[in-house]
Amino acid sequence: MATAQASEAETGTIVNDFVLHVATANGSGSQTSNMVLLRALFGMGIPVSGKNLFPSNIQGLPTWFTIRANGDGWIARKQDADVVVCMNSETSDEDVATAREGAVLIYEDTLGLADKRPDCIHYAVPFKKMIAECCPDLRLRKLVINMLYVGVCAQLFGFDMEEIKKALGKQLAGKQKAIDINLPALEYAYKWAEENLKKSDPYRVERMAANDGKIIIEGNAAAALGLMFGGVTVVTWYPITPSSSLCEYLEEYLNRFRMKDGKKTFAVVQAEDEIAAVGMLAGAGWAGARAFTSTSGPGISLMNEFIGLAYFAEIPFVICNVARTGPSTGLPTRTMQGDIISLFYASHGDTKHVVVIPSTPKEIFEMAGEALNLAEELQTPVFILSDLDLGMNYWMSDRFEYPTEPFRRGKVLSSDDLEKLGGKWGRYADVDGDGIPYRTIPGTDHPRAAYFTRGTGHTPQATYSEKPTDWKNNMDRLSRKFETAKTMVPKPEIKDDGHAVGLLYFGTTHEAIREACVKLDTKHNLKLDLCRLRAFPFTQEVEDFLHKHERVYVVELNRDGQMRMALNAELPRFSTKLHSITHYDGMPLTADEVVEALVKREREI
Amino acid sequence: MAGTAAPKPPETNRVGLQKKDYAGSKSTLCIGCGHDLITARIIDACYDLDIKPEQFVKLSGIGCSSKTPAYFVSRSFSFNSVHGRMPSIATGTALANRSLRMIGVSGDGDTANIGIGQFAHVMRRNLDLVYVVENNGVYGLTKGQFSATADKGSKLKHGAVNHMHAIDLCALAVELGCGFVARLFAGNTKMMRQVMQAAMAYEGLALLDIVSPCVTFNNHAGSTKSFPYAKDNEFALQDIGFVPAYDPQYEEMDHGDEREITLGDGSHITIKALEKDYDPTNRIAALNLLAEYHESGKIPTGIIYINEAEPRFVDQINMCDTPLSRLKEDVARPSKAALDEVMDELA
Repeated sequence: MATAQASEAETGTIVNDFVLHVATANGSGSQTSNMVLLRALFGMGIPVSGKNLFPSNIQGLPTWFTIRANGDGWIARKQDADVVVCMNSETSDEDVATAREGAVLIYEDTLGLADKRPDCIHYAVPFKKMIAECCPDLRLRKLVINMLYVGVCAQLFGFDMEEIKKALGKQLAGKQKAIDINLPALEYAYKWAEENLKKSDPYRVERMAANDGKIIIEGNAAAALGLMFGGVTVVTWYPITPSSSLCEYLEEYLNRFRMKDGKKTFAVVQAEDEIAAVGMLAGAGWAGARAFTSTSGPGISLMNEFIGLAYFAEIPFVICNVARTGPSTGLPTRTMQGDIISLFYASHGDTKHVVVIPSTPKEIFEMAGEALNLAEELQTPVFILSDLDLGMNYWMSDRFEYPTEPFRRGKVLSSDDLEKLGGKWGRYADVDGDGIPYRTIPGTDHPRAAYFTRGTGHTPQATYSEKPTDWKNNMDRLSRKFETAKTMVPKPEIKDDGHAVGLLYFGTTHEAIREACVKLDTKHNLKLDLCRLRAFPFTQEVEDFLHKHERVYVVELNRDGQMRMALNAELPRFSTKLHSITHYDGMPLTADEVVEALVKREREI
Repeated sequence: MAGTAAPKPPETNRVGLQKKDYAGSKSTLCIGCGHDLITARIIDACYDLDIKPEQFVKLSGIGCSSKTPAYFVSRSFSFNSVHGRMPSIATGTALANRSLRMIGVSGDGDTANIGIGQFAHVMRRNLDLVYVVENNGVYGLTKGQFSATADKGSKLKHGAVNHMHAIDLCALAVELGCGFVARLFAGNTKMMRQVMQAAMAYEGLALLDIVSPCVTFNNHAGSTKSFPYAKDNEFALQDIGFVPAYDPQYEEMDHGDEREITLGDGSHITIKALEKDYDPTNRIAALNLLAEYHESGKIPTGIIYINEAEPRFVDQINMCDTPLSRLKEDVARPSKAALDEVMDELA
């Protein structure tokens, strides 16, 4: 409904369209409060998203949570907040100073902010005084104080209190004691706001019905579900933000749904480092498990030697890279699409990898299961390229569909097969011409089943060889396999209305691009065709898209245009058509940035 | 040809295999290498223990020692992986298929230098693995650099002296909770043969730290890992016997003052202390013994420490008995109701 602006003009109110930005200190329990607001909006049927901007720290450093509610379904990050809640005295001066013109400010009244930013709408609230009145337990006040802004916001913007209560119950997982402490504070603040605040801002929420059949989920949880229903059996991992919660969710779900007769039909092992984690995958994939680990960029760097060996020795396993910003510590709690090159071509020698690139929780759910299939079918490591924004933030999604397709285990010879072949087979022989050989699994009960797995050069029969022709023939077969992969990986999502200009993007920029395209069309009469990449190697459809368009903008979250580099490398004949739009400050992309960049670039042409 | 006796059938073990069925390809190591002596004992043990080659897996890292899995039991699957990371390959293999029997062959550089981290953690996990370290104190394939097990004061071929303390893998293993720790000398065939079988029969991680001289780069005067040095300085702690589970003679044997240890598969180790009355089930005594001998420059060989009570890794993590690699789809994919339940929670 493009009704938000219209109704503002008529009545001075803006319904179901605002960005709420909450500044707190981490470790203060504010996540619960923010999730109550988010879930209540979701429960009221209003499209919503939640992004957590947090420090690499346990307790006490500034953290921000941004909720965007939008009746039209625009839930990408937006640069400027409409409502700023300042609960952290450390950052409140800056939070207020950087608020957009005319924003709504809600803050502790003793902070002395009343005289600042006269252009803004002020609500000074005596949070500290109120908490003393409504929370008798001194030790809990620091945590429960965050429930007060929930109550104030709920009253000011017209939240349905029943939805707030439902959300609180859900967030506290029915823990009655915690509810009994938090709910009175929340209601106290609601009542206080009712009696003491005079509404002077235009924002209101109203019940809608946009969220029927939807869920709210983090990408990491969605990936975990996809893996479990995809039949993952061995999970190894080493903790690293922002991937840790993926394996933690996975273990939680597996413990719940994959027990048989009191025993685990899976293994989850916390390894001593990422090298061990991937080494275990190599052993497990080799010995017939559906093996998985999750990590982030620095972990991928450590795993490189094994990734190369697994590519060359043709061992299936799946790694999800939940990407973060920068090297070493970098910005470990910020997002980036900065591991394109280091994933696509990971390791030494000649290597190229199959990578699937989801944009949404539903897609990572589906692609996680598919990655397990692809790894076994192609007998190679397969990567899922996620990022912090998808992995750790809260997304609305359609409910996931139960996968009914049987697991695809690839070309595996059983002892019966070997018997029929008279024991004649070659581990690295290209029998079918698709570059994919047959394999046997350790433990296969046949005298001719075994073969020797090594990084050294080998013949089609898996015997040791340092002959130049053996090496080259094998590398050429691996290239054929990669060509075969092009026909198997997820195809791009293409919107082609015959325009001259194309925009190519991938991953979590999806929501911002979707919103930007409508703005570009309606406000700037700039019409674009779209290609959302969903995998590497690039499929025929990607080539066709580049071929058809005069120029194509490649939008990505890194400085050097890594996806454009990969397109240049793989499809060099289109390189003069490609233009980069990059964003690399660690924050998710906004629609306005895309609009601004495209308008400027198109004007220059 | 009438009148001539039928040829004697070849000798086989209890799974009907001949010794040659456990052979590997020809060794490409230097003539006289200690590692080849160990390879021969591995073949013996596999034959003697009636191991089905299809159920046996050989794993290694990188180095001369790591090449040896090619030289025994060619009918078994093998994975020659990356430098220092054999333990992680073994861990993954065990997770995928807990019914496989595994041997990992490593060297002193592969284990004590680049692989010390994975060594330490696989000890802590008590993986069901025979972990053989073919310990010669030098790097062979890169031509004679010191490894971290080289003793302080020992000399390289061209005279360079090692000034750093050696890592004692046996002491470290005992410290980290390993339940079967043996130090052996490749030249002591009799003891190796018994202990190799015992290690393979043991349920859990068995570490065999075997002094296995490098005839090319570390067999000179001034080396403490040479054949002459090891021969002169080996101090056999015990007379060790191994009696397989199927052997009925065990009950009738006179065990005298021997210590008897019954393993999980029903086989027995008999340990007769020699000169020194040493209790290999006492962890503190084991650490003291290693420290004392290290000071004296002697090489104590035998079973340094044994503890049958440690739970195996696959049991610690409560894994099901069916190998995970063989799980059927109806077990590996939860029902639609499970997904619906989670979706309802998230709605």
